[in-house]
Amino acid sequence: MSQFRPATADPAWLRLSVAGVALLTALVLLVLPLAAVFTEALRRGLPAAWAAIAEPDTLAAIRLTLLVAVLTVPVNLVGGLAAAWCITKFDFPGKRVLVTLIELPFSVSPVISGLTFVLIFGAHGWLGEWLQARDIQVIFALPGLVLATIFVTFPFVARTVMPLMQEQGREEEEAAATLGAGGLSTFLRVTLPNVKWALLAGVLLCNARAMGEFGAVSVVSGHVRGETNTMPLHVEILYNEYQFSGAFAVAALLALLGLVTLGAKVVLERLAGRQAGGAA
Amino acid sequence: MSGATLMAAPGPARRAKVAAIPGFGLTFGITLAWLGTIVVIPLAALALRPWELGLFGLIDSLSDARVLASLRLSFGAALLAALVDLPLGLALAWAVVRMNWPGRRLLDALVDMPFALPTAVAGIALTALFAPNGWVGAPLAQLFGWSVAFTPAGVAVALMFVGLPFIVRTVEPVMRDLAKDAEEAAATLGATRSQTLRRVVLPALAPALLTGFGLAFARAVGEYGSVIFIAGNMPMVSEIAPLLIVIRLEQFDFAGAAAVGLAMLSLSFGILLLLNLAQRRLRRSRR
Repeated sequence: MSQFRPATADPAWLRLSVAGVALLTALVLLVLPLAAVFTEALRRGLPAAWAAIAEPDTLAAIRLTLLVAVLTVPVNLVGGLAAAWCITKFDFPGKRVLVTLIELPFSVSPVISGLTFVLIFGAHGWLGEWLQARDIQVIFALPGLVLATIFVTFPFVARTVMPLMQEQGREEEEAAATLGAGGLSTFLRVTLPNVKWALLAGVLLCNARAMGEFGAVSVVSGHVRGETNTMPLHVEILYNEYQFSGAFAVAALLALLGLVTLGAKVVLERLAGRQAGGAA
Repeated sequence: MSGATLMAAPGPARRAKVAAIPGFGLTFGITLAWLGTIVVIPLAALALRPWELGLFGLIDSLSDARVLASLRLSFGAALLAALVDLPLGLALAWAVVRMNWPGRRLLDALVDMPFALPTAVAGIALTALFAPNGWVGAPLAQLFGWSVAFTPAGVAVALMFVGLPFIVRTVEPVMRDLAKDAEEAAATLGATRSQTLRRVVLPALAPALLTGFGLAFARAVGEYGSVIFIAGNMPMVSEIAPLLIVIRLEQFDFAGAAAVGLAMLSLSFGILLLLNLAQRRLRRSRR
């Protein structure tokens, strides 16, 4: 624009060193790990990687992972929406405690979240004998995997939707109620259209974490190949058996899931921004 | 019904507002059921089960040398990683917000990668990268004689990876909202650029940096998947606390496992509380 240096411009050495640190960090911690996954997966060529994924045990792991996600996400979707509704549309005592409790699972180690369910449903757990007498298996079986996954992905939907619903206030819903709309139609026709992109982003993040969760399901799974082994656990088994190309092939599949989720999140954020901009 | 109206008598306007929108009972009920089953009851089990050992048994179970070493490693490495992430995250946020260059959008999206990449994938990827024959591990070994993978340093690297986005994402919005006019005013008043950065920009970012530090630390302390592959898991040296929980569970020592879990949670909540207090003081001193 001009040869004058604006008063708030940083000296060249500072700009260069900040850019250098940023790029080096991004390269070593963000780009290279991703590149390593795909390089290792394709070391023996695409057909070999494909063959590793087509193994029966791997396919069983993929099926189980999808099943766990399908059972987990709706629970946190309904719970998260209900929590967002009662917290943002009403005033009641103890609200902050509720918000803190909803956020709590994010600061609990995944291993500890798996452990808590073992303490309740495991052989030596509170309900262990009762369940055994009725031949119901929770730990080392699908219910345990689902419970632990619900715990670790608990806050995603509530967290993405709540700030937006708070910001949008209550006027529109109150107007709908005054005009005689019921709760469900108010939600479906007034609230939902306002938060749809954020909601979708929250569901996607919840799903990505549900499919990629390792620590929590590792504790409750029992690692039975072909039965209670999810994809991330299968990566570990293959890796520990020195089947590196197989492990990285499955890992590459999970990395692709992560990349797709990231891309979708960027798109959804842009859509949400456009919606907010259009409304204002 | 009439009792509730009577109780709410001091704020009639507020009361009317509450009644306008339907669905409180239903959504509140769902929320309590969801929260109770998944979060509250399981965490109550964690809080209660260790006491089956009795107070002395609990102390005994926790003062095992291997437990103490693992807690030291988990908390030490998490604090170190969050500390190293501070300048790195600050630089990344600066590159995303303040710099005008073509790769900005891509870098912005890349920052969330550690959130999106499953931890087991990150674990084997970082191990491949930092192993003595890896892309980064080999030059480090040849140039400096450092080994990262299968040592406590590897633990710290994995924790840096998982914590980095928390710092960037908490600092970034504050940096974006930072009004240029404060910096311009400082410059007009004769401050050099370094004075402006030190005394205007950095103090404005400090609370966010502290928040990001706390989030990165909390996430890193409990991290399991990305660590166990790169750590080498040598007892007393590179064994993290969550791994010790898994080991105790495999030995059917449920109460002992719960004891380690409870100790971890209490310690990290204690540290987060301290950070919260520090932040409150920081905020107050700026006013």
